[in-house]
Amino acid sequence: MITLFEVNETNKMIEQEKLDVRTITMGISLLDCCDSDLDTLNQKIYDKITRVARDLVSTGREIELEYGIPIVNKRISVTPIALVGGQACTCPEDFVTIARTLDRAARDTQVNFLGGYSALVSKGMTKADRNLIHSIPAALASTERVCSSVNIGSTRTGINMDAVKLMGEIVKETAEATKENGSLGCAKLVVFCNAPDDNPFMAGAFHGVTEADAVINVGVSGPGVVKHALESVRGENFEVLCETVKKTAFKVTRVGQLVAQEASERLGVPFGIVDLSLAPTPAVGDSVAGILEEMGLESTGAPGTTAALALLNDQVKKGGVMASSFVGGLSGAFIPVSEDQGMIDAVNRGALTIEKLEAMTCVCSVGLDMIAIPGDTPATTIAGIIADEAAIGMVNQKTTAVRLIPVIGKDIGDTVEFGGLLGHAPIQPVNRFGCADFINRGGRIPAPIHSFRN
Amino acid sequence: MKKTIITVVGKDTVGIIAKVCTYLAANQVNVEDISQTIVQGYFNMMMIVDTSRSSKPFGEMVQDLDTLGNEIGVKIRCQHEDIFIKMHRI
Repeated sequence: MITLFEVNETNKMIEQEKLDVRTITMGISLLDCCDSDLDTLNQKIYDKITRVARDLVSTGREIELEYGIPIVNKRISVTPIALVGGQACTCPEDFVTIARTLDRAARDTQVNFLGGYSALVSKGMTKADRNLIHSIPAALASTERVCSSVNIGSTRTGINMDAVKLMGEIVKETAEATKENGSLGCAKLVVFCNAPDDNPFMAGAFHGVTEADAVINVGVSGPGVVKHALESVRGENFEVLCETVKKTAFKVTRVGQLVAQEASERLGVPFGIVDLSLAPTPAVGDSVAGILEEMGLESTGAPGTTAALALLNDQVKKGGVMASSFVGGLSGAFIPVSEDQGMIDAVNRGALTIEKLEAMTCVCSVGLDMIAIPGDTPATTIAGIIADEAAIGMVNQKTTAVRLIPVIGKDIGDTVEFGGLLGHAPIQPVNRFGCADFINRGGRIPAPIHSFRN
Repeated sequence: MKKTIITVVGKDTVGIIAKVCTYLAANQVNVEDISQTIVQGYFNMMMIVDTSRSSKPFGEMVQDLDTLGNEIGVKIRCQHEDIFIKMHRI
């Protein structure tokens, strides 16, 4: 029998420590929509998404109400559009029509984001991949809810440096195309290495080709719950610290598993995975940086930050894995700057630099995320940062990502406001030394030696 | 059948249990267990109830109880028990 104490503990997590399920993301395969006629393709895509995801948002709301747990986002991911549109699209403008169709489908199903305007080019680019990538600035500038991602490398294939160079330019063009809104388009564009097929989190979600026709993936959250749990073990040794994180992660993930199973059953769509990520929001008390500081750092970015993040990431996985039947996606701690008030404060007090963030990405689940940089940063420098992150991912056999926002018209000392979950960010300085000759070489970086495991 | 947990938290006052139980009785909800404490003037109650004979949709009951709580000046939550069982039992 459940006790009053246990009930109160759960409800306190929800009410005071901001426990929520961050997202229910429905993955939908669009491979059966392929057609050589662009209008037919657009119609098929719209029809399939609105048919399969018709009840997604209402079902999410029902679950929220019945269990008393907030489900912050209901989202959709689709098959990478470069694969779906290859037959019908002969130029970037053709792909933009698909982006608009996706936006309309997202609006009509009432989801707040739809991911999968993507290309997977870790080894090479097809004509369709190239057209899609060139269409990204216009697609993101003319849509509201569509998110885009490009996978430019993997441990098994190495890094496609032609794509890296191109993405440096595309990030800049996207910033320029959305400069009226603080270059917001770049907040919806992620460049990946080792992108997972089942990530429920935006902006990088897409429905991989290895997936079923439709699937339900759930992303949990709960930095506030972990921080609160750690407040009760101040001064204790690392064993106690780690056990506390692990137990808390278990409880948080169990809620995600419950919501995933319920959503899957009610929608008649198979359950895919629970993503164990600790995802912060700009709300006070919902911060990953707050956890690191609770562990004993004066500020995030201080020496010890990488070690603290490494142990946090590992214990979250160890606690979460047992709580869920299938774990996948990114699963780890997220360290976005603009979406985490503690990170923003650390940057503002001069404790956290891009270089330290890069070190932190070696031990957590993603990469350089939601970092605002000066609008005049050269495309080759952005490409250099993407290459560095991709190298970390490739060599360490993990996912890494780059979501930088070169804010046009702004420089160090300024702040950019994105609003809502995307938050606000101070413009951070980037190393001013160039890498153009390196980026302009072209070609590929070969796969690392330890990728040859057969 | 899934059980439902109703929790009432807030400043203690006359008639909290009466008002909640009146509502439940009117909607054919059977109360199976009640535990309650008062700490420093704060009322804290948990009820385990069976809603299977009630014709009221669950979502409406959640909202009705929330409204009732606002009238009495306490917070009333109504949740399926699974969220607690999943979190606290392996």
